[in-house]
Amino acid sequence: MRFQLTEDQRALRDGVRQLLARRFDADALRVAVASPGPDRALWRELGAAGLFALRLPEAEGGVGLGLPEAVLAFEETGRALLPGPLIATHLAAGTVPGADTGEAVVTAVDGSLVEWLTQADVVRGDASGAVPLRSVDPLTPLHRVGPDTPGAAVAAPDPVAVLLTAAEQLGTATRVCELAVGHARTREQFGQPIGAFQAVKHLCADMLVRAETARAAVYAAAVTADPADVAAARLLADEAAVRGARDCLQVHGGMGFTWEAEVHLHLKRAWVRAQRGGGVTESEESLAVDLVG
Amino acid sequence: MDLSYTPEEEDFRARLREWLAKALPTLPARPSPDDWPARRAYDAGWQRMLYDAGYAGLHWPVDAGGRGATPTQHLIFLEETEKAGAPYVGANFVGLLHAGPTIAAEGTPQQRARWLPPVLRGDEVWCQGFSEPDAGSDLASLRTRAWRDGDAYVVSGSKIWTSHAEVADWCELLVRTDPSAPKHRGITWLAMPMDAPGITVRPLRTLAGSAEFAEVFLDEVRVPVANRVGAENDGWRVTMVTLSFERGTAFVGEVVACRRVLGELARQARRNGRWDDPVLRRRLGRLNAEFRALWRLTQWNVSEAEAGGGVPGVGGSVFKLRYSHARQELYDTAAEVLGADSLDLDRTWVLDRLSSLSYTIAAGTSQIQRNIVAERILGLPKGR
Repeated sequence: MRFQLTEDQRALRDGVRQLLARRFDADALRVAVASPGPDRALWRELGAAGLFALRLPEAEGGVGLGLPEAVLAFEETGRALLPGPLIATHLAAGTVPGADTGEAVVTAVDGSLVEWLTQADVVRGDASGAVPLRSVDPLTPLHRVGPDTPGAAVAAPDPVAVLLTAAEQLGTATRVCELAVGHARTREQFGQPIGAFQAVKHLCADMLVRAETARAAVYAAAVTADPADVAAARLLADEAAVRGARDCLQVHGGMGFTWEAEVHLHLKRAWVRAQRGGGVTESEESLAVDLVG
Repeated sequence: MDLSYTPEEEDFRARLREWLAKALPTLPARPSPDDWPARRAYDAGWQRMLYDAGYAGLHWPVDAGGRGATPTQHLIFLEETEKAGAPYVGANFVGLLHAGPTIAAEGTPQQRARWLPPVLRGDEVWCQGFSEPDAGSDLASLRTRAWRDGDAYVVSGSKIWTSHAEVADWCELLVRTDPSAPKHRGITWLAMPMDAPGITVRPLRTLAGSAEFAEVFLDEVRVPVANRVGAENDGWRVTMVTLSFERGTAFVGEVVACRRVLGELARQARRNGRWDDPVLRRRLGRLNAEFRALWRLTQWNVSEAEAGGGVPGVGGSVFKLRYSHARQELYDTAAEVLGADSLDLDRTWVLDRLSSLSYTIAAGTSQIQRNIVAERILGLPKGR
């Protein structure tokens, strides 16, 4: 058993990370906040790099890789806060023309929400009667669709979409831990770095524990593709991202509450992702049933 | 990323299963939890069966008498023995998981030849004399003193949380040999024979009502200098070898057991109607996610240890923090399923709930573990 990244998987992860560091740095993030809308040039570059066609068979012009590689790639897009309906476009590769190359931006209805409706070229699912809402996340435009009644029947979520969202959440969980640690090492109060205080140190330690536990669950689900593993990965990754971003904000103190610091963007995106794929309740219920099944 | 096992590993698993199926029915009845001599005899008998079948000291190096198994084979062994309902390592815990590996790593050839074979055969039982009433999390501040007197150390002081002290033959003991040195540099590791004059063992009753631990009082106990492992005043470093083993694969069997308990809990909830409470169901669902993840984290850590040479590192702290909390949550949820029965000590899971309370304290409290994670993994500065 070798439940570790292979050399090729490390190279793929590093490659995506370098591409995003070059093409979507802190300045690009600020620009995107001021004027959201998928950067079409970047989108095509991601297409050329194989992000959307990653799991498409080589015979169909794809990269021919599997779920583990897709999870590693989307962990990086999550980490970088890259905006746009990336997962929906990835899932449309091979079905919607142009999705695989990044020429077509594809979004999908997910429950009662649809992200990037106005900006997308293609919408999958029934978005008729969609009404825009003032999105809490400045980097994710949202529309509401269908009846706004809790418990209304919605299509069962695609487990691959759920897993790739969990991968993005894992990226956020890792990134916010790094941000918190970086701040705690340099910010001084009472004559020492705040990271020397156990109260701060323990917040950071818990962030890492949640992220690493989620990592094991997300990577395992990528290997097995088992629905219960995917549901577990989702629960742990949501928790690691949302609570991690909250703790990161806390470690940043007053600066964390500003628009200028990037911390709030991670938290808001984590909230948006936590709404995808049928919500937490269904995942918990399905895992309860799994115990007696 | 691969969760499949190699043909060699599958073969190892198959042969182990086959042996367990034949061996387990020959075990005698389990002794009463309060009968320590009977417990020792039972644990020794099981260890002897493992020894005769070639499974003793599986993870020990071959030159120490072990099998030199890979971390993955060790994982399979712990998983399969737990699933088959085999006995827990019990009285042989310290010998096989603490003192033995320490002697294997740091002992002289004579010391290895003297102490390791009886541990592997189940003939000799070890206990651990590390913690003291005033040296818990701050273990290095321990004050049990040892003076040189000819070819012996004379030891006085007291130790606490010593499991199996009543039935142990040997104690791996930490003593202070240089009180003027910085606290980490004046400690020495000794193997103390438990029948030496001057040793008093007093059982320590836990909140679960049982005497799982003991206090050990030492009044001018003579320990031969030949029983020192490592150099004088180098005992802290010698000990750290041991502690890194304690935080390694030690919980594999327990995670397997917790997953079984969780399934039983859910079925019990179905039977007694608690299942209709959606809050309880969701709690069970979350625990399912939790223990699935902990199993995967175990596999991840074992694979990492295999790639890195076999000694688990500080990643064990991440696991222990999460697992100890999850175990408590599991048995708190069990209490919710049981309702009023959760107050009845004769019901399943009630004693387990009580003993789960020690998990965030023993082998490094959660607070100490967080310091380790923050300082050694995240690189945050030590406080002043």
